[in-house]
Amino acid sequence: MEFTDSQTERYSRHIILQDVGVEGQIKISEGKVLIVGAGGLGAPVALYLAAAGVGTIGIIDGDVVDLTNLQRQVIHFTPDVNKAKVLSAKEKIAQLNPEVKVIAYQELLSTYNIFDIIKEYDIVVDGTDNFPTKFLINDACVLAQKPFSHGGILRFEGQTFTYTPGNACYRCVFDSPPPPNVVPTCSQAGVLGSIAGMLGTIQATEVLKFLVNKGELLTNRILTFNALSMDFRTIRFGKNTNCPICGEHPSITGLQTYELPACDLKH
Amino acid sequence: MKIKVNGKTQEFNQAQIGLIELLQLNKVTNPELVSVQLNGLFVKREAYQETSLHENDEVDFLFFMGGGSLSTLNI
Repeated sequence: MEFTDSQTERYSRHIILQDVGVEGQIKISEGKVLIVGAGGLGAPVALYLAAAGVGTIGIIDGDVVDLTNLQRQVIHFTPDVNKAKVLSAKEKIAQLNPEVKVIAYQELLSTYNIFDIIKEYDIVVDGTDNFPTKFLINDACVLAQKPFSHGGILRFEGQTFTYTPGNACYRCVFDSPPPPNVVPTCSQAGVLGSIAGMLGTIQATEVLKFLVNKGELLTNRILTFNALSMDFRTIRFGKNTNCPICGEHPSITGLQTYELPACDLKH
Repeated sequence: MKIKVNGKTQEFNQAQIGLIELLQLNKVTNPELVSVQLNGLFVKREAYQETSLHENDEVDFLFFMGGGSLSTLNI
């Protein structure tokens, strides 16, 4: 593929970047990324990937924009309240970079649709709030050998790692979801809005590194930070031989039932 | 005795300390909230009770964190 003058100008800061260049920008432009959740994490991920010129961005979210979202979900604006999040996100991306093809899935990710959806993409970004979906994404991606970026935030803290086939997965760290209502959600415990941006931009960076195939991904290590102390740590972890899905004797060979407590559905 | 907890050294008078006690001292009252790596290997949750830490052990607590967007799951 060849870039037009306008594209060369738009992506000039990437093109002059030593480890990206024209070659890397072509890879970005041919990249297909699925973002699960157009919320606190999905918002900055979508904006930066669109600005970077990722060719196809899929966004799945069944929710509508709520006033409480605007404190951190920077892709949605005040007039978007009550609008479907995927439509709000699609409109902003179209304004930011009309060259990006956005596929909006205004639905919920489930055991029934996840394989069909993720097979269309190179990498998946987990921007979800709940553990059943995090485990669903992990299991489907491990079974389908699909790379994904895990992200979690709470209060003043964040964590992220990147899965690629053959490396450690989410279940290597957390073998099963926590009991319902034991771990507070952001709506219960609060979250500093900018934390979502800090973590989301790290996830977007991992995706871009993955697409241009440069640097070292956050595989087999988890990055955690606490914004109050502004301490960042990277904790190494290997594939867990006891992992129930990618260990030596996996007990999970297909998708399971991933229950979301009813009281968590709305808030 | 010195133990490295989440990258920072903590000092104790005794020669060993139980993992559950260490978690409590670090304000983790519910062990179900945390995944524990001891000297680079994950400790099975069933083994938390019988695990104790000794001089120069390095332990990391990894917490469940959600965040982002709700309403993405439908079963």
